[in-house]
Amino acid sequence: MSSTDPAPARTQTPGEVLLSATGLQKSFGSNTVLRSIDLTVRRGEVVALVGPSGSGKTTVLRCLNGLEVPDGGTVAFAGGPSVDFGGAVSGRELSALRDHSAMVFQQYNLFPHRTVLENVIEGPVQVQKRRRAEAVEDAEKLLDRVGLLAKKDQYPFELSGGQQQRVGIVRALALRPDLLLFDEPTSALDPELVGEVLKVIKDLAEEDWTMVIVTHELAFAREVADEVVFMDGGVVVERGHPDQVLRNPRHERTRRFVQRLLHPF
Amino acid sequence: MDWELFRSSFWPILRGGLTGTIPLTLVSFVVGLTLALVLALMRISGKRLLSGIARVYISLVRGTPLLVQLFIVFYGLPSIGVVIPPWPSAVIAFSLNVAGYAAEILRAAILSVPKGQWEAGHTIGMSRQRTLRRIILPQAARVSVPPLSNTFISLVKDTSLASLILVTELFREAEQIAAFSQEFMLLYIEAALIYWVFCFVLAAGQGAIEKRLDRYVIH
Repeated sequence: MSSTDPAPARTQTPGEVLLSATGLQKSFGSNTVLRSIDLTVRRGEVVALVGPSGSGKTTVLRCLNGLEVPDGGTVAFAGGPSVDFGGAVSGRELSALRDHSAMVFQQYNLFPHRTVLENVIEGPVQVQKRRRAEAVEDAEKLLDRVGLLAKKDQYPFELSGGQQQRVGIVRALALRPDLLLFDEPTSALDPELVGEVLKVIKDLAEEDWTMVIVTHELAFAREVADEVVFMDGGVVVERGHPDQVLRNPRHERTRRFVQRLLHPF
Repeated sequence: MDWELFRSSFWPILRGGLTGTIPLTLVSFVVGLTLALVLALMRISGKRLLSGIARVYISLVRGTPLLVQLFIVFYGLPSIGVVIPPWPSAVIAFSLNVAGYAAEILRAAILSVPKGQWEAGHTIGMSRQRTLRRIILPQAARVSVPPLSNTFISLVKDTSLASLILVTELFREAEQIAAFSQEFMLLYIEAALIYWVFCFVLAAGQGAIEKRLDRYVIH
């Protein structure tokens, strides 16, 4: 994967709309992080959220999962919950959102007191009330896919960062969510471990998982994303096909950002 | 040194420890710890009233002497018509006291678990309560073992105060034999030795628990 090669985005017909978020607003004290964000994700689509740090992209992602409660706006899943954040929001509504999506964290956030396998089956068994034997079988298949079946009885501290993040991805997959959310999944990793995690995400994209990915890896975004959304200062500056946004940005701000990442010094 | 007295009094004092001190300590600690968890959760609930109540309670308990608390329960309450026998009085006073100290330990331990653990629990669909129970508390437990062991060992020794409200326990046995034989030095040292052995064994127990809870962290 080189930044100069043409890297066509995946060609596929976009499916029905799975998630639509409209008018998301969020302030922390006097600091307005999101001004009014709209985001539509179609089934099978991969959306990359890019932008400088502090642009609000991680906050958007966290709002979709109810980890951050926006001050206004709506988040709706097709055929699922629709939450209006204009008024008071109950814990039940937030957990309904979480039933449809699962988050992969920058810092992995694996449960340190649980083995790899226990991390993965915790949600399916405890929350989704699936049979333990079935959840284990499922988890083992998923772990095998990311090459970590042999590690299933180890604790997180025994794994490398890249391995922990792959477990983090499997933990999210095991919930069989409609939507996978990635919050800078490779930012905490040593450079030589980034590839193994991106490879897993790329495979998921090829299997038509629906994903929203916050990332600084522009080359990766261009390769796997169907749409790139560039944010800055709490607004969406530009969105569109990866080649367009990342190679021929319409806006000066996008151009400067892309240039800075491609030529850091 | 009257070795014969030492030998003949050893078993009655030890029996006082085994049937008085240890059950009193265990029951008070378990009740106190349960209450402490409730108080700690009240403190971190974010609800002003609940956390205020817990805060005042903790302040009162930690700001007054245990002996005074014990006397209020046993000698004070009867004057308003509440008469509680010695053993239950001691359990009540010790439990309420332990709760005040352990609540702060548990609160700090819960807060020491990274926020990302709560979020990871939520993102796999767990409620706040379930996340607390399955994800946060097991990790907080590890952090709280050393300070809780301190509280526990202090409690073992503090139960000697119960002798002042007529509870039959280790120190009361020693005192009675001392009063009878007039061998104060011998019997008090004998009592002290037995307390020390109890605490020594408990400290070893602490080490074992820590080791078990440490199995998932880098050593």
